[in-house]
Amino acid sequence: MPYDYQPFPYTTPPGLTSPEPRHKAVIAGAGPIGLAMALELANYGVPSVVLDDNNVVSVGSRAICWSKRSLEILDRLGVGEKSVAKGVTWKVGRTYHRDAEVFNFDLQPEEGHKMPAFVNLQQYYVEEYLVEAAQANGLIDLRFKNKVTNIRQNEDCATIEIETPDGTYHLEADYLIACDGAKSPIREMIGLDFKGELFEERFLIADIEMQAEFPSERRFWFEPVFHPGQSALLHKQPDNIYRIDLQLGWDANPEEEKKPENVIPRIEKVVGHSKFKLDWVSVYTFQCRRLDSFVQGRVIFAGDSAHIVSPFGARGGNGGLQDVDALGWRLAAVLDGRSPPAILGDYDSERGHGADENILNSARATKFMTPADGIERLFRDQVLALAAKAPFARAWVNSGRLSVPCVYPGAGPDDPALPKVSRPGSVAPDAPLGNGWLIDRLGGEVMVLAFGCGVSDIGGATVIKPELTDLIRDRYLGDATAAVYLIRPDQVVAARWPYVDPAAITKAIARLWRQ
Amino acid sequence: MALIDTTNLADHDGFYAELLATHQGLSEMQSQALNAQLILILANHIGNRQVLSEALKLARQNIG
Ligand SMILES: Cc1cc2nc3c(=O)[nH]c(=O)nc-3n(C[C@H](O)[C@H](O)[C@H](O)COP(=O)(O)OP(=O)(O)OC[C@H]3O[C@@H](n4cnc5c(N)ncnc54)[C@H](O)[C@@H]3O)c2cc1C
Repeated sequence: MPYDYQPFPYTTPPGLTSPEPRHKAVIAGAGPIGLAMALELANYGVPSVVLDDNNVVSVGSRAICWSKRSLEILDRLGVGEKSVAKGVTWKVGRTYHRDAEVFNFDLQPEEGHKMPAFVNLQQYYVEEYLVEAAQANGLIDLRFKNKVTNIRQNEDCATIEIETPDGTYHLEADYLIACDGAKSPIREMIGLDFKGELFEERFLIADIEMQAEFPSERRFWFEPVFHPGQSALLHKQPDNIYRIDLQLGWDANPEEEKKPENVIPRIEKVVGHSKFKLDWVSVYTFQCRRLDSFVQGRVIFAGDSAHIVSPFGARGGNGGLQDVDALGWRLAAVLDGRSPPAILGDYDSERGHGADENILNSARATKFMTPADGIERLFRDQVLALAAKAPFARAWVNSGRLSVPCVYPGAGPDDPALPKVSRPGSVAPDAPLGNGWLIDRLGGEVMVLAFGCGVSDIGGATVIKPELTDLIRDRYLGDATAAVYLIRPDQVVAARWPYVDPAAITKAIARLWRQ
Repeated sequence: MALIDTTNLADHDGFYAELLATHQGLSEMQSQALNAQLILILANHIGNRQVLSEALKLARQNIG
């Protein structure tokens, strides 16, 4: 069944009749990132107004692959389990050269995590679930058909000009969070550079509906017989929808290529028959770009407005949700007066690091797929040839390195004797705990995890003492007999010690909040 | 077999990118020259005749 696009209701905003009191947070854009931002702030008790120029979810599927980390974040926002239930769970990717498999990966080789490595779920479903959750949340004022047309700011606040079907009005906000997408009008209004590169290549991206028994694995081909000389991707989504990406070459004419009479024969060659329906087709050229700084006074950028990547590696939407993760608790702390605005600089540097890593990985994959003539193509083709002869070359075959959260640099004290998976700067690894999961116990506030030792009350943190199972030992203790972990509100490990030192914990907590 | 034919290089994607970056701006002949020098440099560094013979054999397989 094709997705049924239901328009969301528009109601006349109060600001049209009389000035509204200053808001704490106004969010521009109700895409996945803006909606997640509103829900995250609400989790910290911060009310927000969300403005969107449109009144439907993402037209066309766009993002389909949601990472384990995104699912953990969505879970905190109340829509994680629903997304997993509806989505197609997968963890294995296979890459082929012509007919032969040359590389495969398993993204979650070990058990003991609440969330799977990845689910595929159309972006319109994720947005639909987030809109439902936002509408049910008393702290969120969601305003469709409210288009941001101009902004101004001074030291104190941002002023936002808004156009509605009933006329124009303005709002004042302590902070404006610009989640207005890759073309970000707000970025333009401020006149910020969006630096990076464009890949001179065109990709046909199509969603088709068909009954098929294809595995839920991600399958990618270099130079397949059904699409000579180019690359192709096939991936399953819910509702019998399949995503197909076909590389077309830079000379392809996007308008011509989008026509069903041209798309259908190409897809017939991929799937081997004509028993499918076209659901959505688009032709893309991909870019990797980012803002120098995501914090511009009273305006904060998150998601595609701050950074864009080519989709091989699924690092766009997933990267944006990690922005929300790193920003929510800090912005709430600034608005509550707990932390100075300087703490927003930590958001900027951490997510700048994340964006660089995502750009690096997606740019490398895109280059491997679209090598320039000459030496780049020579090496690419010879990696593929060598992969058939020697196992080591397979690791170089690059059809996308899938999104994993980066490890934030500059985190607090560490002890290298403890396991690498849980080093400071990483997301606290999940493990089964009692009848539930460790990850469900973490987040929302600062926590101290005491493994194999006791920690008495620490000001500004909740202490928990998880039971020592084998998986918990593997992920948090290694060969140590005891350890103390400090966990941030976004479930990231802030610091750890193989002994109890209350003064060091207190100091690390103050550092987190920049107090 | 003395030649390691399984993954043995950390940050292999980073190496690949650096390799291509090293070739940037070179003509085809210059790139060939760079590749030739690189092979000789690495051969000397490896310093094991048997490994090098096996590597040559592997590279030659299915070519020409
Ligand atoms: C083909 C394709 C495949 C992809 N696959 C994946 C994937 O598998 N996994 C993944 O994680 N990511 C993927 N992505 C990337 C993902 O779609 C984006 O990263 C994601 O949509 C970013 O969300 P966002 O909320 O920042 O921006 P958007 O989704 O673009 O939302 C921006 C919102 O702002 C609104 N807006 C714009 N201007 C204004 C204004 N002036 N006033 C008010 N509102 C405004 C827009 O209407 C829109 O609702 C893919 C992208 C493409 C194109």
